[in-house]
Amino acid sequence: MYYVANIMRSKGDPKIVRSGPSSIEPADRLARRLGWFSIGLGAMEVLASRRITRALGMRGSEGLVRAYGFRELFSGVMSLSVDKRAGMWSRVAGDGLDAATLLSGFRYDNPKKHNVALALLMVGGIAFLDYKAVQQTVARSPRRGGGRRLYADRSGFPKGLEAARSSAKNLLGRAAVGAS
Amino acid sequence: MRALVWHGKEDIRCDTVTDPEIEDPRDAIVKVTSCAICGSDLHLFHNFIPGMLPGDIMGHEMMGEVVEVGHGMDGKLKKGDRIVVPFTIVCGQCEQCRRGNFSVCETTNRKRHLANKVFGHTTAGLFGYTHLTGGYPGGQAEYLRVPFADTTHIKIPDAVSDEQALFLGDIFPTGWQAAAQCDIEPTDTVAIWGCGPVGQMAIRSALLLGANQVIAIDCVPERLSMAEAGGATTINFESESVAERLNEFTDGKGPEKCIDATGMEAHVMASQPDTLLDRAKQMLMLESDRPHVLREMIYVCRPCGVISIPGVYSGLSDHVPMGALMNKGLTVRSGQTHVNRWTDDLLRRIEEGQVDPSFVITHTVDLAQGPEMYKVFRDKRDSCVKVVLKP
Ligand SMILES: NC(=O)c1ccc[n+]([C@@H]2O[C@H](COP(=O)([O-])OP(=O)(O)OC[C@H]3O[C@@H](n4cnc5c(N)ncnc54)[C@H](O)[C@@H]3O)[C@@H](O)[C@H]2O)c1
Ligand SMILES: [Zn+2]
Ligand SMILES: [Zn+2]
Repeated sequence: MYYVANIMRSKGDPKIVRSGPSSIEPADRLARRLGWFSIGLGAMEVLASRRITRALGMRGSEGLVRAYGFRELFSGVMSLSVDKRAGMWSRVAGDGLDAATLLSGFRYDNPKKHNVALALLMVGGIAFLDYKAVQQTVARSPRRGGGRRLYADRSGFPKGLEAARSSAKNLLGRAAVGAS
Repeated sequence: MRALVWHGKEDIRCDTVTDPEIEDPRDAIVKVTSCAICGSDLHLFHNFIPGMLPGDIMGHEMMGEVVEVGHGMDGKLKKGDRIVVPFTIVCGQCEQCRRGNFSVCETTNRKRHLANKVFGHTTAGLFGYTHLTGGYPGGQAEYLRVPFADTTHIKIPDAVSDEQALFLGDIFPTGWQAAAQCDIEPTDTVAIWGCGPVGQMAIRSALLLGANQVIAIDCVPERLSMAEAGGATTINFESESVAERLNEFTDGKGPEKCIDATGMEAHVMASQPDTLLDRAKQMLMLESDRPHVLREMIYVCRPCGVISIPGVYSGLSDHVPMGALMNKGLTVRSGQTHVNRWTDDLLRRIEEGQVDPSFVITHTVDLAQGPEMYKVFRDKRDSCVKVVLKP
């Protein structure tokens, strides 16, 4: 395989021959895909809010759609960042909002109610993926509760903490006498 | 050979790469026997420090055996020598090197035009770091080319084990310099933010340099327990107010000396709203660092005290309270570590049995497990404090 990265290397620098398995896990990949999806959808909601409301028979809600677009963009950026778990949670919350808003448009007198139903179905599917991604991405904060090892025996001073402390004090004392 | 290679944000792989070759008479090739993952590597893993390129080999804490030397060694290094490689590449001849300011060596950064533009002046070349510091391949690999090897090394006697010696290349002198630049006096309280490997070394150093009281701040119980073992009183910033507790320990006057061993990625939590704002701005690329610890240190530090910053910051920090800093008359001291300035003394202390930096190692694994260990170390899973890799 050819690695573009190798062009930049100087003569004696190592160059990639074969790539090994990555630290990126399937869950991270899913989060990334959902992140890009958020950004695409968000951009569409911000730039083409009128077309969206028309397709859903929900005219007058352009402002709301645009606001959701910005929300979507932010979730997307967050999902692509190292804090993807927060991004995924914000996507789940967003799915809830989207579903609630769509439900309000799912009325008998809405001639576009089939589109609304389709959109609801999509939100449901995406919400499922979002939830899966949340569960799979490992919590970034250190694990709580049991199974911890404590390191009370690791002073780093082979002769013990007190010996280290008093030899430091002695040295300082001697330095002070020497100085005066 | 095998090496841990950066391919993008959170994407590190154990790749097969070609062996390094001598380019310059002052180069040497080292067969790496031990290397480690540093907190700075996490900033690169997260792509928070600009200037990484796919294909860059990670790692700046390494040691091993010299297997090949260029013909410009002047007898200072030979095949078979066992050395720790300092993470700062030093020429030993420029004005800064002669003053012992090794991390700002004027000659070793081979991409100094970039550094000149971004920082105003070049700093030393660093292993396994960004192209702003030369883009030199790092030591999380089986072999490493050491440029300026006649001066860029620390010889290790056989009686000292890999585990005892390895951290002479970075975190031990880093913790030491952080404490040394506090000019500790016997009455001083030294407060240290962050009980990662650098914080742990700073705690031991402050104690050996004669601090009256060392206070360590973190939120990870394993790390706090290790800090206590080293003689520190601890504060868990998740459950306690840092400012209140520090005042309790110092009769309301605050610590004279403050050390930031956390750096640009302070924990983000709702009870510290400034970190939420920093995080949001980071995502929108309006700010590069999260300087919560700097803000807190400036606030709690005793007037005319010292703020020592070994923690890495990459670019721009917002809302750093310059008013408090100026009016309180605080002294700020910082820098990448001038490794070789301290290592003779520190190696002697290790040999004499005063201190043994290997206490910090919690995981020793094969190099191939490196990509996974980046995440374990980052997430502090499995009570991880420091990872050593064996190529
Ligand atoms: N100056 C140098 O030459 C040099 C050398 C090595 C490392 N470093 C830097 O030192 C820093 C620490 O390195 P490390 O290897 O110990 O990394 P680490 O990530 O393991 O340690 C950082 C610690 O800070 C703690 N922390 C986070 N937010 C905090 C807060 N608000 N208050 C108190 N503690 C907080 C974390 O829980 C963690 O334990 C990094 O920024 C690294 O880049 C600098
Ligand atoms: Zn480091
Ligand atoms: Zn120099």
